[in-house]
Amino acid sequence: MADTRDFALRRLHSLLGVIPIGLYLIQHLTVNHFATRGRESFDAAAHFMETLPYRYFLEIFVIFLPIIFHAVFGLYITFQARNNVSRYGYFRNWMFLLQRVTGIITLIFISWHVWETRVQAAFGAKVNFTMMEEILDNPFMIGFYVVGVLSTIFHFSNGLWSFLVTWGIVQSPRSQRIATFVTIGIFFAVSIVGMRAIFAFVNPEWFAFATNLPIL
Amino acid sequence: MAEENKVIQFIIKRQDDPDSAAYDEKFEIPYRPNMNVISALMEIRRNPVNSKGEATTPVAWEMNCLEEVCGACSMLINGKPRQSCTALVDQLEQPIRLEPMATFPVVRDLQVDRSRMFDALKKVKAWIPIDGTYDLGPGPRMPESKRQWAYELSKCMTCGVCLEACPNVNDNSDFIGPAALSQVRLFNAHPTGEMNKAERLTSLMGDGGLASCGNSQNCVQSCPKGIPLTTSIAALNRDTSLQSFRNFFGSDAQ
Repeated sequence: MADTRDFALRRLHSLLGVIPIGLYLIQHLTVNHFATRGRESFDAAAHFMETLPYRYFLEIFVIFLPIIFHAVFGLYITFQARNNVSRYGYFRNWMFLLQRVTGIITLIFISWHVWETRVQAAFGAKVNFTMMEEILDNPFMIGFYVVGVLSTIFHFSNGLWSFLVTWGIVQSPRSQRIATFVTIGIFFAVSIVGMRAIFAFVNPEWFAFATNLPIL
Repeated sequence: MAEENKVIQFIIKRQDDPDSAAYDEKFEIPYRPNMNVISALMEIRRNPVNSKGEATTPVAWEMNCLEEVCGACSMLINGKPRQSCTALVDQLEQPIRLEPMATFPVVRDLQVDRSRMFDALKKVKAWIPIDGTYDLGPGPRMPESKRQWAYELSKCMTCGVCLEACPNVNDNSDFIGPAALSQVRLFNAHPTGEMNKAERLTSLMGDGGLASCGNSQNCVQSCPKGIPLTTSIAALNRDTSLQSFRNFFGSDAQ
């Protein structure tokens, strides 16, 4: 019998990307989105997350260990590929390349982001609206966060497509095409949530005004 | 006639033996209507003189059927992997650039060694074991609807184009490539072949097997026979998911 360890690790990598990391991403962006409702709402939501029971257990097993495994194994997969979009410029081949590029951008972004927030919190900083306001007080950091968040969401959405194929859920070309459209939709929808949260920290006055508009 | 002076220009990447360095050589051969790349290579073989007028060795390449069913004459033609028998000169931009496929070790010039593909077929047991010491009688029948899609998979000629196009088949990775994977689906679909389904699927779960696919889907875009390689891969993904559960939780695993 063949040694199936590599198969198991690759399937684990695919699974962890969606459960729990993908779910955690959505949850995290949703909590961030409270920033659009003002300083107090965000602080209350952040405080709620901070005071969850068995918080360290959740952080280690739902967030850190899965992300570290996904990142390390993802780097191994990334450097196994020899990208060839210049010769084979098909849509899926571009997605294949972008999945790897955004994976690396996301890893850099998340490392920096964890250092700036969670690690600083461990050193005694308070994670609240003011902290994010201070982080995002210059155009470079806004740019870094916009690129980092969009790249994370792209990696998640396109990874969701790969997940559906990797586990054999979508097989026919038609179902794979529809899955492409659905995951593009997910990318835009989640991006709106992520971008709104970032700009709520950058421009709180505008959001305070906008929340009073009947359409939002 | 104006056509008499017309020439076809070729730039051919040559290599004298497996270990020597590659070099480019230019050729100009007289134009004839309806030529394919192979007839042009035959012309060079007949008169091995390069574009500078120097005598050179004839260009080596492989060919068999001359009708795109054997897969032997695959090479990079203007950067795309395809069969040289069906590459018509009139449809190609000149100078026509010929290179050996980069995924395989070069034997000489355009001739490559595709052994890894045949080794992959052995690894995944891409056959139906029917040898026995006595006549086992006719096997179970195959539904016509299934035979029709299985026939499409049987068109694979092990030409190597899908491996050449795949970003995950390279010297950094031991991925066996799309061709052998799709053959597993073919032989698992056969009512007699199905008896060894678990064995084939488990072989796909080894190092460099199915899970090394990164879904770039270049293979299905490049396959000259239009084989639904990515559908096969996704179908096998489901089969191996279930097989891995059976192997781990089930009671019939060895």
